[in-house]
Order: sequence, then structure tokens, then C-alpha cells
Amino acid sequence: MTTMLLTESFAERGARERARALLDPQTFRELIGPFERIASPYLAAQGVVPQSDDGTVVARGTIGGVRACVVATDGRFLGGSIGEIGGAKIAGALELARRDAQRGTPTRMVLALDTGGIRLQEANLGILAVSEICDAIVALRELMPVVAVIAGRVGVYGGLSLSTALCSEIIVSEGARVGLNGPDVVETESGIEEMDSSDRPLIWRVTGGRLRLRQGFATELVSDDVPAIRDAIARAFETPNELGPLVAQVFPDPRLARDDFLRAMEIQP
Amino acid sequence: MIETLTYEFPATQSVEHRAHVGVVASGNCEILLEPAKDGRSAVVVRTSVNGFGGTWQAVLGRFFARNPVAVQIEINDFGATPAVVALRLEQALESAQ
Repeated sequence: MTTMLLTESFAERGARERARALLDPQTFRELIGPFERIASPYLAAQGVVPQSDDGTVVARGTIGGVRACVVATDGRFLGGSIGEIGGAKIAGALELARRDAQRGTPTRMVLALDTGGIRLQEANLGILAVSEICDAIVALRELMPVVAVIAGRVGVYGGLSLSTALCSEIIVSEGARVGLNGPDVVETESGIEEMDSSDRPLIWRVTGGRLRLRQGFATELVSDDVPAIRDAIARAFETPNELGPLVAQVFPDPRLARDDFLRAMEIQP
Repeated sequence: MIETLTYEFPATQSVEHRAHVGVVASGNCEILLEPAKDGRSAVVVRTSVNGFGGTWQAVLGRFFARNPVAVQIEINDFGATPAVVALRLEQALESAQ
């Protein structure tokens, strides 16, 4: 009970408050915030109410006194899904961080993702965004660590799980889940014998943070506690894991990965 | 389809800052509140739940009767109940002062 009362939950916060919590106190400065009103232009036409920040928050500030940028997606708005605007915000932030690193003023990049993946209402644009984000992560990873924090209520599924796997450090909480297809998708596509999406213990056993750490798809497991997550982020930047997560070890160059895949499919790369 | 509603209220007081509260999530709404110059308040509501214009009028009317502030308000609603809307309005006003 004492521990519960002393814990500063990360998962209970919204995206903006998560970004604020990960940056040093009083350094939060949002880029393309809600008053810029750069919301998705596609949702209203499909009968869905848009959100003024498109569910993605990009904030500058410092982490451990060093220039930093935190990207946080809000799992409460359309499942944290990524459309054209949110995707462009993330890719743009990564691209700026790469330019900063090349100019000798490194920006610590943290992706605090909580997302079901690409937004179905903007499917093609979402797919394009994911590929841009993947490219940008790989380019930045060459210069400095790219840290993903998966500690929200949704976790990371779908297209963004591919981008996350490319990060050099992946911090997960026990309550978070990481997977390509979410439980509902697996049940719909492969039947209830394959996965019963109402079986919550099963879902965490096969996609939960603890398992992902043991499989090598994450580099650190944290509790749902802001100071614990901040400590893990500081460690990730100060003593980066040389090898990175499993995916980065197996596929150091995504172009090689593509060629390997095509060869496996008996297609000439 | 989305319903867009607009309202106007007379105002005598002013606020210092703009404020952004809430989230477009089930049973919730997002409110953007900005100081307005002329002595009127304007509210634009975009909601996924149609046919509640009268309820919005009542909730907003009560808010502005208690707080006659000159503000521009934009609400993106995803089925928030009147109580949630009232609390979000109070929260936005508190953050703006």
C-alpha cells in the first residue's frame, strides 16, 4: 500500500503530461501544440471528431541538463493511432534531432509511444508515415541512442511496433504490451483457438513487457513510476547498450533486412 | 455525422491566458479556450453525438451565467456527459486565470 501511494504513475497521465514528466522540470516547450490547430483534415469527413494536436505531442526541453525532445502519443484518442499529421510530427522531430546531432549539438530523442498503430481512417498516409519514421530512427541511431518508452495503457501495436523495434533502447513497463497484431486482430484473423482476446492474462503472457524483455525485444523493464522511467532513460543515454535490442542486432541495416526477406521469398532483390 | 453547434454569450470579465484541457476520448471532450477582445463569448462545439443542441445551450448557458468571461471556446466532443463538460469548462477557466 505504501508503495502504491508513493508511486507517480506514468500510465495514468495523458500524452502532454507524460512528455512534461520525462523532461527536466520547467523545461517543457511544445512544438506544433493544440493552438496551432494542425488537426487531421480527414477525420471529420469520415464522421470522426478530430483532436487539435492529432493525438501526438512533440516537446522540447532538457533531460539530465542536455537538449532533448520527447514525442508522446495519446492512447486515449483513437487508440493513439498514427495518421498523416501525427506521423509527420514524429518523423519531423526525428529528422531535426539527426540534424542537431550532425551539427554537434545532440538532442536526446525519446519516443514515449502508446499506440494501436496506423489510423485506419488514414491508412495509406499512416503507412507512409511509419516508413518515414523507420528511416529517421535508423539515421539517428547511427549518431546517438534513440530511446523508446512503452509504458502506457495501450502499449505499441501495428505499424509503430516496427519503428519501435528499430530503436537502440526500448524501455517497457510490466503493464505495457508490444506486438505487431493486437489480440483482437489475431482472434478475428485466426480464430478464438489461436487467441481469445478477452483472456487478459494470456495477452500479457504473450505480448507483455516482462516477456518482451526476456525475448530481447526490450532493453529494460521498469515499474509504472515516473522517477523509475526517468532513471532508465538517463541510463540509456549515459551508458548506451552497445548492441541495442534484438532487431537492431539481427538487422543492423534495414536494407539488408529487406534483401534477406526478398531472398527468403525467392524474389531477386 | 459530426454536428457543429455555435453559441454566443454576453461577457463582462476577461481572462489572462489561453488554456487547453481534456482529450477526445470516449465520454470526454477537448476544450481550447482563448481570451476574446470584444465583450462577447463565442463557442463552437463539434460533437459525435447528434441532437443535443438544447443540452449544450443549457450547460454553456449555466457556465457563462456564473462566469461571464469574454472567451473564444472550441470544444471537440466525443460523447462527454453534461457533468463532464461542465467540469472541463471550469478546469479550462481555472487554467486560464
